Formats: sequence, structure tokens, C-alpha cells
Amino acid sequence: MHDHYGLSGSLQTGIGLFYFLVMLMNVGFALYQWYDRKDQLQTIIWGAVSAIFGIHAVAYLLHFGWAIFPWLQHAIDYAMGPTTYFLLAVVGFTVLLYFRAFFTDPVVAWSILMITLWFSGLAMTNINFKDIITKPDNVPIVMLIFSVGFVTWLALRKAVINDERIAAGQPPVEKEMEEKVLVWPDLVYTELIAMIICTLILIVWAIVLKAPLEQPASSARIPNPSKAPWYFLGLQEMLVYYDPWMAGVVLPTLIIKGLMALPYIDFNQKGNGYYTFNERKFSVTTFLFGFLVLWCVLIVLGTFLRGPNWNFFGPFEPWDPHKNVPLNNVNLSDYFWLYLLGMSTEGHWFLRELPGLLFVFGYLFVLPPLLAKTIFRDFFIRMGFVRYMILITLIQFMACLPIKMVLRWSINLKYIVFIPEYFFNI
Amino acid sequence: MSWADIGDYIRNTQLWKSIFRHPAPRDRRNRVVVMLTNVFLHLHPVSVRKSGIDLSYTWCMGGITFFLFLVETVTGVLLMFYYRPTLEHAYNDILSLRDVTTLGILRELHRWGAHAMVITIWLHMYRVFLTGSYKPPREFNWGVGVILLVLTLLLSFTGYLLPWDQLAIWAITVGSNMARATPLMGYEGPGSKLLQVGGVELIHSGSDARFLLLGGRFVGETTLLRFYVMHCVALPLAAALLIAVHFWRVRKDGGISGAL
Repeated sequence: MHDHYGLSGSLQTGIGLFYFLVMLMNVGFALYQWYDRKDQLQTIIWGAVSAIFGIHAVAYLLHFGWAIFPWLQHAIDYAMGPTTYFLLAVVGFTVLLYFRAFFTDPVVAWSILMITLWFSGLAMTNINFKDIITKPDNVPIVMLIFSVGFVTWLALRKAVINDERIAAGQPPVEKEMEEKVLVWPDLVYTELIAMIICTLILIVWAIVLKAPLEQPASSARIPNPSKAPWYFLGLQEMLVYYDPWMAGVVLPTLIIKGLMALPYIDFNQKGNGYYTFNERKFSVTTFLFGFLVLWCVLIVLGTFLRGPNWNFFGPFEPWDPHKNVPLNNVNLSDYFWLYLLGMSTEGHWFLRELPGLLFVFGYLFVLPPLLAKTIFRDFFIRMGFVRYMILITLIQFMACLPIKMVLRWSINLKYIVFIPEYFFNI
Repeated sequence: MSWADIGDYIRNTQLWKSIFRHPAPRDRRNRVVVMLTNVFLHLHPVSVRKSGIDLSYTWCMGGITFFLFLVETVTGVLLMFYYRPTLEHAYNDILSLRDVTTLGILRELHRWGAHAMVITIWLHMYRVFLTGSYKPPREFNWGVGVILLVLTLLLSFTGYLLPWDQLAIWAITVGSNMARATPLMGYEGPGSKLLQVGGVELIHSGSDARFLLLGGRFVGETTLLRFYVMHCVALPLAAALLIAVHFWRVRKDGGISGAL
């Protein structure tokens, strides 16, 4: 069947099947609302949503050629940039945590999922979006997005319920599951079923999707962009803001060391063996920010939105290798000597970089005692000097990425310290 | 003869009894005994807290990660029969796995299993964190888990090079370029210029951390061999060892989570 929008028939059939599955999900949700929750209004709403997805399924299966509105594509591409993308992620993260009781409500969470799925199907009609999403090695990231989204909802939902129970003087749900059950048969059979399901998924995945194999390796032809494996793309994204010795060596090392140090830093004995947010606000917020925003969000950015020359491309924007992005970044030493004092930056590197070195020194050695005296006073008293310093140093290194991002976006700062003589640029 | 009779007959043969030294696990006593007399089942305790078998609590991600490790081991060993880590053969061997070899789907299973394992190990860590399961007495086992996470990423990274296509060498080039920026140990790393003896630099492109990783100044045949040996022998052995420690400590520390 031919259509007027340049959408291939197989793509439309695929999207039609996808919407058909989403329709079935909504039929299931409506039935759940009817039989289990006895909620007529919700049943009607989700019945109607099923119908909407059903119409989409029919339209795509009959190859109507519905494409995503061009104005929406252009608006999203126009609004998207590294700045807006990251800021949106941070705002979304903050709103999610603050209004966690609202967002983890099953109906709200389901609505968000449905909007996401509806938009995902529609977005697939854009050739640029489709090509990057369906690259075989990028499929895991789609799985990552949905699985991390799901378990984050699940964990926060359980935390909200437990926090309400604790506030009402009851024990968390998990504490009422303390009684022991025999491993044979309950656990052994669960494991067996899990193994069978995993095997099935893996076999279907292996049949449907061929493992990628490109042209033979050649050191003469450098692909543009050259990307690390997907799980390291958060680190590669950090290269925009820091030199390799920071982004590729120091920060990854500190991520590993910080993770290993975590049980020895976290002195809070509460929240052991059950989901909770209120009892562990600081540690959960810090960890979630690190894992969701600084790790997963940056992987998605590095995989889907970074194209040739590591330039940013909107999700619907063609990857044009000649896209020209002005680089007018300035070092801190230039700001200080040239712009502020009107002097030259020539001379010994130590004098030139003194402002930046003082800034870094202050950040690493003056800030921790100041924080110990003020907002982290309670932590300092309870943790003692050594543990407090380790915690603060780790948090400072974690924070140095967002700090550099903000400095780059606001005043085009390139390096705080710039000593190319010793490859020591921060 | 009914099915139950046949089952009883088999269970009474000398062969069966030599393998399983107790009756079928139908009553409480034998359900305990079965866990104690089988080396694989003995990885488990005899009984666990009810929360430990609740999927919405555990997400099953640690177990699935281990299962995927086994899948990777089995498919990996089979793939080793087909693959030669040399510049002459590597790419063509993968090509024939794709186009000619009967069980070429092993490569897909291996690759997708590896991607899935990276995701499941993250989700496992995510669950362990959010349930506070790293808290005493499990601090040490969390550390073992972090090393296993690093090993998983390294296994995936070293495997990425083996197909020897454009995707492989440039991903490894981008990744390993970081090593030359290692402070003191990389020739473009801060401080490496300070390591001199009588004006002779100790750290140069032929002696730095990147050279150690690649076995050369660029990603070449020595790198392929190095990554192959790491991928197929060294890293899996290290992971297997630590998995044993990890599981043993789960049991010794009083189960997957919760205060003692």
C-alpha cells in the first residue's frame, strides 16, 4: 500500500501492532479497575483510552500514514539543547521526589506511561528518531529507560506506603513478612520460572534482532561520531565539560570508590530491609540523583542526542556532520587577567592560574569546614572528622559536574585551571 | 501402572538413590534435606524470610544477573570454537557466524545477554540500595558487589572489541584513550612529565597505562589478543571467584536484606 507521507508499510504495521498491544494493556487496566477496584469512573476513562489506542492501531495497520506533526517536531528540536535537556531532567527529578505520593499513585503513573507510549509510537514516524532508536546496540537503552522507570515507580510507591505506615505507628510492610518459608518449593520454583522466562526473552530477542556487524576495522576511516559502548556514554558526555584525566579516570575511579565507601559513610541505621524515603531522605536523594540524573539521563543524552562532532541534535533533527556550533569558551584566567584587570595573561603559569588554583583550593579545602559549621553541622557531629571529610569530598566531586555545566552555560567557562604544560586542566 | 507408580519405581532404583540420597521433597523433612544434600541447591539456605521470595520486593535482578553470567559462559565457550582472535580471522569468523555457521545465533544470544546483564546488575544494585540492604552487617558484601559490577562492565567492554569491525575498534579507541590521561601513569596525564630521570621521560606513549592496556600505541593485533584473554579467561575467573564470595556472604550475613 502506498501512502503520501513517505512512511514505509512495514514501519506502519509495526507501529500498528505496538498500539494494538498498548490498547490491550489499557483493556487490562480498565478490567482491573472494574473487577478489583470497583471504580466505574476509572473503568470508563481507561475504556475510552483503549478505544483511542485502538483507533491508532487500526489507522497504522491500514497504513493511513499518520505522521507526527511537523510543528511539534520542530518545536521539540528547537527547544532541546544540552542545557534544556539537563535542566528538564533535574526539574523533573525534583518534582518527582517532592510530589512522590502523587506521582506514584497507580492511575497517575499509568497515565504518564500511556502518554509516553503514545508519543513513542508517534515519534517513530520520524525517520531520524526511528533510525537512532532502532540501531541494534541502542535497543538496550530503550529497555533501560522503561525498566528503570518502572522500578523507580515501584520502589517509590512502596516507600510512600511504608512512610505512611510508619507515620501512623505501624511497621513497614516488609516487617510483616519476617516469617520464614522453605526454599523448596517456593524460591526454587520462582527461580526456575524466572530462568525459563529469561531464556525465552533472550531467544526471541536474538531471533528478531541481528547483532550489529559493521565494516571491517580500519584505522584509516574514523567514524563520526565515535562512541564508546553505551554504558560508558555518560562518562563520554562528561568529556564536554572536563578533560579526559578527570572525566575518564578520576571521576570514574571516585564513582567506584564512593560506591564501595557508601556503607561505611551512611551512619543512618534506619531503613534496613524495607523501602522508605522519609527515613533516609539524604542518602536516597543523593543516590537517585547520581544514578538517574548523572548516569542514566547522560547515557540517553550521549546515545540518542549526540551526533557528529559530539554536537547536540534534537530527537527529530537529521545528523548533519557540518552542523556549526560556535565555540567561544573562555578560561577563568582570561576572565580574571584580561577582562577584569585589563592585563596580559602571559607570564609564568603559576601566576596566570592563581585565581583558578585558589578557587579549586577553596572548593576542596575551605568549603568542607564551612559546611561542617553550617548546614552539615549535624552530620559532622554525628560522623566524626574522617567520615565527614570522605562524604563531603565524594559529594564535591559528584557536584563538580553540574557546577561545571552551569558555569559553561552561564559564562561560557572553559577551564577553571588551565595548565597545558602539565596536562593539568580543570 | 500410574505415573506416580513409575515415579516411585524410578526413585527406588539404585541409580537414582546413588544420586539423590533421600525421598522426594514432598514433606517438610525432605524439603529441608533436599537443600542440604545438593551442592547447587546448597547455595540457598533451607528457609528464607517471606519478603525474600516476594518479586515486588527483590525484583529478582541479582538472580537474573547470575543466570545471565551462566548464559554468557555457556554461549561464550561455544563461540570460542568458532572464533580466532587474529587480524586475519577475527572479522571473517564473526561474518561466518552471521551468514554461514549453523548455530550463529549464539552470537546474538551472547551479545544481547551481555547488554541485558549490564542492565540487570544496575537494577540489582538499585534494589539493594533502596532497601538499605548494604547496611550492617552487609557492608563488605556490597563492596564485593561493586567489584562485580566493575568486572561486568570490563567483561562487556573487552568483548566489544572482538568482532573487529568499525564499531568495535573505535569504541575501544574512544574508551582506552582515557588511559593515556591517567594522572602520572598516562603520557598525557597530569604530572607524568614530572617523572624524569636525568631528563629522560619515564612515561611516554610506549610505556604508559594505555600501552599496558592495548599492548601497543594503538588498537591492533596485540590489543585483540590481550582483550581476548581478559574476556575469555582472566575476567570470568575473577568474576566466578567473587560471585562465590558474594553468595556465601549473603548467607553468612543473614539473607538478602534486613537487620539480623
